[in-house]
Amino acid sequence: MARNKEKLVLLLDVGPSMHSVLPEVEKVCSMLVEKKLIFRKNDEVGVVVFGTEETNNDLTKEVGGYDHIVVLEDIKVVDGDLIDTLQKLPHGTVDGDFLDAIVVGMDMLIKKYKDIHKGKKRLCLITNAVHPIKDSLEGTKEDQVETIAAQMTAQGMKMESVVVRGRLSQDANKRIMDENDRLLSIFSKQTLTRTVYVDSPTSLLGALKTRRITPVTVFRGDLELSPDMKIKVWVYKRTQEEKFPTLKKYSEKAPQTNKFATHQVKVDYEYKTVDGASKVVPPEQRIKGYRYGPQVVPISAAEWDAVKFKPEKGVKLLGFTDASNIMRHYYMKDVYLFIAEPGNTRAILSVSAIARAMKEMNKVAILRCVWRQGQQNVVLGVLTPNISQNDKIPDSFYFNVLPFIEDVREYQFPSFNSFPVSWQPNEQQQKAADELVQMLNLAPSGKEEALLPDYTPNPVLERFYRHLELKSKQPDAAVPPLDGTLKRITEPDPELFFENKSVIDALRKHFELKENPKLKKSARRLLREKPSGSNDEDGDADVSDAQAVNSIEKALVVKIEKIGDLTPVQDFEVILSRRDSPEWVGKAIKEMRDKILGLLSDSHEGDNHLIAVECIAALRKGCILEQEPEPYNNFLRYLNPYCQQKGMSNFWQLLASRELTLVSKSEAADSDVTDNEARRFFVKTEPKPKD
Amino acid sequence: MDLDPEDVFKDEEDGSDNEFFQQSASSKEYVVYLVDASPKMFNTTCPGKDQKDETHFHLAVSCIAESLKTQIISRSYDEVAICFFNTREKKNLQDLNGVFVFNVAEREHLDRPTARLIKEFDCLQESFMREIGSQYGIVPGSRENSLYNALWVAQALLRKGSIKTADKRILLLTNEDDPFGGLLGAAKADMTRTSLQRAKDAQDLGISIELLPLSCPDEEFNVKVFYADLLGLDGEDLVQFMPSAGQKLEDMKDQLRKRMFTRRIIRRITFDITNGLSIQLNTYALIRPAVPGAITWLDSVTNLPLKIERSLICEDTGALIQEPPKRFQPYRNENVKFSMDEISEMKGISTGCLRLLGFKPLSCLKDYHNLRPSTFVYPSDQEVVGSTCIFIALYRSMLRLKRFAVAFYGSSSHPQLVALVAQDEVAKAGVQIEPPGINMIYLPYSDDIRDVEEIFPDTDDDAPRADEDQIQKAAALIKRIDMRDFSVSQFANPALQRHYAVLQALALEEDDIPETIDETLPDEEGLAR
Repeated sequence: MARNKEKLVLLLDVGPSMHSVLPEVEKVCSMLVEKKLIFRKNDEVGVVVFGTEETNNDLTKEVGGYDHIVVLEDIKVVDGDLIDTLQKLPHGTVDGDFLDAIVVGMDMLIKKYKDIHKGKKRLCLITNAVHPIKDSLEGTKEDQVETIAAQMTAQGMKMESVVVRGRLSQDANKRIMDENDRLLSIFSKQTLTRTVYVDSPTSLLGALKTRRITPVTVFRGDLELSPDMKIKVWVYKRTQEEKFPTLKKYSEKAPQTNKFATHQVKVDYEYKTVDGASKVVPPEQRIKGYRYGPQVVPISAAEWDAVKFKPEKGVKLLGFTDASNIMRHYYMKDVYLFIAEPGNTRAILSVSAIARAMKEMNKVAILRCVWRQGQQNVVLGVLTPNISQNDKIPDSFYFNVLPFIEDVREYQFPSFNSFPVSWQPNEQQQKAADELVQMLNLAPSGKEEALLPDYTPNPVLERFYRHLELKSKQPDAAVPPLDGTLKRITEPDPELFFENKSVIDALRKHFELKENPKLKKSARRLLREKPSGSNDEDGDADVSDAQAVNSIEKALVVKIEKIGDLTPVQDFEVILSRRDSPEWVGKAIKEMRDKILGLLSDSHEGDNHLIAVECIAALRKGCILEQEPEPYNNFLRYLNPYCQQKGMSNFWQLLASRELTLVSKSEAADSDVTDNEARRFFVKTEPKPKD
Repeated sequence: MDLDPEDVFKDEEDGSDNEFFQQSASSKEYVVYLVDASPKMFNTTCPGKDQKDETHFHLAVSCIAESLKTQIISRSYDEVAICFFNTREKKNLQDLNGVFVFNVAEREHLDRPTARLIKEFDCLQESFMREIGSQYGIVPGSRENSLYNALWVAQALLRKGSIKTADKRILLLTNEDDPFGGLLGAAKADMTRTSLQRAKDAQDLGISIELLPLSCPDEEFNVKVFYADLLGLDGEDLVQFMPSAGQKLEDMKDQLRKRMFTRRIIRRITFDITNGLSIQLNTYALIRPAVPGAITWLDSVTNLPLKIERSLICEDTGALIQEPPKRFQPYRNENVKFSMDEISEMKGISTGCLRLLGFKPLSCLKDYHNLRPSTFVYPSDQEVVGSTCIFIALYRSMLRLKRFAVAFYGSSSHPQLVALVAQDEVAKAGVQIEPPGINMIYLPYSDDIRDVEEIFPDTDDDAPRADEDQIQKAAALIKRIDMRDFSVSQFANPALQRHYAVLQALALEEDDIPETIDETLPDEEGLAR
C-alpha cells in the first residue's frame, strides 16, 4: 500500500568497538531490506554509517562538523543494491558520535520529504553507545538532545535504537555509558522512540523488527462489564505466528526460450463419483456431508444456515476470579491485546483503573467474545492486566483463549509420591538437581535475559531469507548451515555449560541411566544416520564416562522417518516396526507406495524395475504382518491400469512371476479377496500383447 | 464453527499442523463396558445434591452415556460394546446365562458409537427392568458364574482387529468387592480360580482389564478381597484411585468419567539434559480445540461420498504436471527456485529431541508468550531406566525454586523454543484435577510478537492513568462480580453443542432439533443486582 510507505534511515555504528558484531548488523539489516523487497516493495531506505575514517554527508558540506559520518546510500526505493551495500559494511577506525548520526539522518528525511509523511518516517540506530558524544557549544548535552527530540516529534519521526551492550562491551567506561543511556532515555520519553538493549549477537538479530505488519483490529466496540457499564475498546493480535512463506509452485513446462512464461501452476480439483464411472459432479450437485460417528449427514448450505449457532457480536464480562484459578498451560492460542479506544480519555482511565485494581488484587477477568457479526462460535478467555511501563503508553489488557469442556482430556496420572523408592530421587540427587536449576540461569540479575522471546528470531526464517539471497546470486547455492549465532537458539550455550561444568558433572555422577533390559528387541527403535543439522562438535562434555549412555542416546535420538533411496526396503521395515506412534504403520505404507511410484516413473528402460519389485514384495509382506491387506490390494489394483498405460507389461509380468498377487483372506482376515481371486488376479489382468 | 471446507485442500505442507490437532484413525481403541446389573447395584444409592440420591446402576449408566457422547465427537473411530452381567435375560453370541449385550440396529456389537446407540442408551433405564432385568448370577448350588461368563463374552467381543493397531480394554463397573462371597468351600475356590484364569487369558491376549469400583456409603470397596488378584495388582498400585467410602455423587461421577479415558501418548521424545544425560518422556495432548468433524462432499443425488482429484496444470502450456513441482519465490526481479528437499533441509534445524538450554524465574514467562495449546509431559522408564528419577528431581527443584526450563524442541514440522513449567498435583475430594508433570508451552519468536501498544498515541502528552480513587472504585466492582469457584473448562462450547444436536437429530431423522443452551452467556440479571 503506497500510502503506508515507510521511509527509513539506518544509522549504523561501525566504529572499532562495534567490529565484533558487524556481521550480525549486516545480517539483520539485509534481512530487513530483503523482507521489504518481498512484502513492502515501495518502502524507501537510506543507509548512514558512523565511526568511519572518512566523512561524506550534506551537513558537513553545508555547516561543517559531522565528521566521520558517511551516507552510504541516499534514501531510495528498496532494491538489491541496498542489500549488497549492507552485506559489506565498512569497518570504521574512529569512535562514532551517535547524536551526530541522528542529526544527519533527520536532515536527510527532512530534505527529502519536508514535513509530509508524518508517522511514516523512521530512524533506526544501531550502536553500543560506549563512547562520549561531543560537548555542545551552547547548553548541556541534555539540552542538545531535548532540542533534537522536539524537532523529531515536530517532524513526525519515530526512532528505534538498538543498543548493543553487556558481554559485548565489557571494557567500556561505566560513567560514559550511564551518560549515554540517560541521553537516549530522553528520546524514549519525549519522542516515539523504542530503545532496546541487547547483550548477545543472537538478540541483536531479533531485536530489530525486520518486518512491520500493519496492525488490524479484531474488534472495535464495547467491553460490556454489565448491561449498563461499558468501555470502548479496540482489540489487536499481540502474537501471531509468522509462518514459513508459502512458496508458489513452479512449472518447468514452458520452453526456456519463452521470456513471457509465468511458470505458474494452477491447482485444479475435480469431484468425482466413486462408482466405476468416475463421473465429474458439477458444483450445484454437490452437498456437504457432516460426520457424526460413522454416519455422514448431508446438509445443504441453506438448511445449515437456518439451524446453525448464531451468536450476537459483543464482548461480555462473565466475572472476575483469582488469578490462581487459571493455570498458565490452559492458554490455547495466540494472544490478543485489549486497548482503550485511542483518544477516549474516559475509556483509557477506566481500563487503567480496572487493570491496576486487578493487578493489586491478583484478579483476572473471564470474558465471552464474539468478535464480529456472523461469527459462528464464541470465544471464552481470560483478561489479564498489562500495566504500562512507559508514560506515553496507556495501560491495557492481554487476552488469552481458554478451553471449553470439549477441549480438555482429563487423563489421570499417578502421583509421583506413589512411585517405588527406586524411582524417587534421594537427598544428594535432589541437591544436584537443585544446583542445576539454580546455576544454569538464563536470566541472571543485572544482566539481560537470554533467549527472551521478544528478541529471539526464528532460525528457520533466518535461514530461508539467507538462502533466498544466496540463491538469487547463485541458483544452486546450498542451504546455509546454522551459524553460531543461530545455534544459540537451538543448542545449549557452550559457555554457560562450561562455566557450570562442576554442577553438570555432579548431576551425571548422581544419576544413572541404562537401557531397559526387559524391552524386547523388536520393540526397540532402530537407527542409523543422523538427520541434517545435527552436530556433535560441542567439546564441553566429558564423554569418557558416559559412553554407555551415549550409545543409548544415539539409539534413541536418531529415527528413520523417511524412506531413502539407498535402502528403501530396510527403511520401510524400520519405520513399520516403530512403535512410538500408531501412525507409523500408515505412514510407512504410504511412503513405500510413493517410493515405488517414484521408482517406476523415474525408471529408464526398466532399470529401476528390480528394485521396485523388491519394494513391492516388502510392502506385501509388511501389509500381511500388520494385517492391513487393503492398502496393498488397492495399490496393486491401481498399478494394473497404470502399467498398461505406461507400457510396462514387462514389469507386470515380473510381479506375476514373483507371485506378488493380492493379499487374500487367508493371509489377512480383513481382506475381501478370496484365495481363488488372488490366484487368478494376474491371469485375469494379463495385458493383451500389443499388435 | 469457522471451518472452511476448503481447508481440506490446504497445501500439503500444512499437514503437520493437522497432526498436531487431530486424532487419526490409526490409533484406535476398543472398549467393552462391563456393567454389573445385580440387585446390589440397584439397592445402593449414593448421596447427591438436594437429596437426589442415585443408585449405583444409574450412576454407572449415566457416566457411560456421557462418555459415549464425548466419544462420538472427539474419538469417533474408537469402538465400543456395552455389556451387562447379572441380568435376568441373556443376549450374547455364546448364549451364556446372565450376560446381556446391549445394541441397536445397524451396528455390530463392537462398533463405532452411532446416533441411535446414544439415543437408545439414554432411554435404557426406563425399560431395563422390563427387558433385561436384574438377577444375581452367582448362587449356591448352581454352577453358573456370571462374572466368568461376562469376561468370556467381553473377550470374544474384543477378538476383532489386531492388538498392534488398537488398544483393547475391558472396563468393569461394579460395587461388589466379593463376588463369590455367598459361596462356600470347594465351589467358591473353584469359581474364583476359573474366573481368575479367564481374566488372565484375556490379559495374555493383550486386553487390559480395568476396574471402576463403586463404594457403598458405609463400606469401602475392598479391592484386596478378590479383584487385586484378577487385575494382577500388587502393593502400591492398589492405593491408586481407590474411591473412599461415602463419596459424594458428583465426585464419584467425576472420577468415573476421568477413568474411562485412557491416556494416549502423542509422542515419545528424548530430553537432552546435557550431553550424555538423555531421558525418555511421553507427551500427551490434554488440551486441544475440539472441532466439528471434517466435511465430506457428497453427490446430492445419491448421497454417496465423492472423491476429490487434484491436478496441477501449467498455466503457460496447459500441460498436466505429474512430478512434484519445484517452488519459487519472486525476488529481485527473478524467480528463485527451491526444491522440496531444500525446503525440508531448511526446516530441519535440529534432531527431533528436546534440548535443555537453561532455566529462568517463572516471572519471565509473560502472558503474551503463547501461540498454541500446551503439551503435557510425563516421564517413562520403559526404554531408559532412570528417566523418571531425574525427571522428578528436576520437577521438584523447579517447583520449589519457582523456575521453568527453557528448551528447544526440534520437531521437524515446528522447531520451536518451549517453556517447561512444572505443575504440582492438585486433587479435590480424591479426584485428580491437575496431574503432576510438566507442561510444555510453545514460545513465540520475535517474528511472532507485535508491539501493538506502541502504535498509539500520536500525541506528545503522557497517557492518562487512573488515580488511587478510581482504582479503589474498580476494586469494589471486581469484588462485586467475583466468581469464586471458577474453574477452567466449566463451560460447554455452544457452537459444538449446537452442531452435534443438529447432526444427531438429522441422523435419526427427527423433525425437531432440540434447543441447546448457551452456558457462556452472562447472567445479566444477576450482574445487575
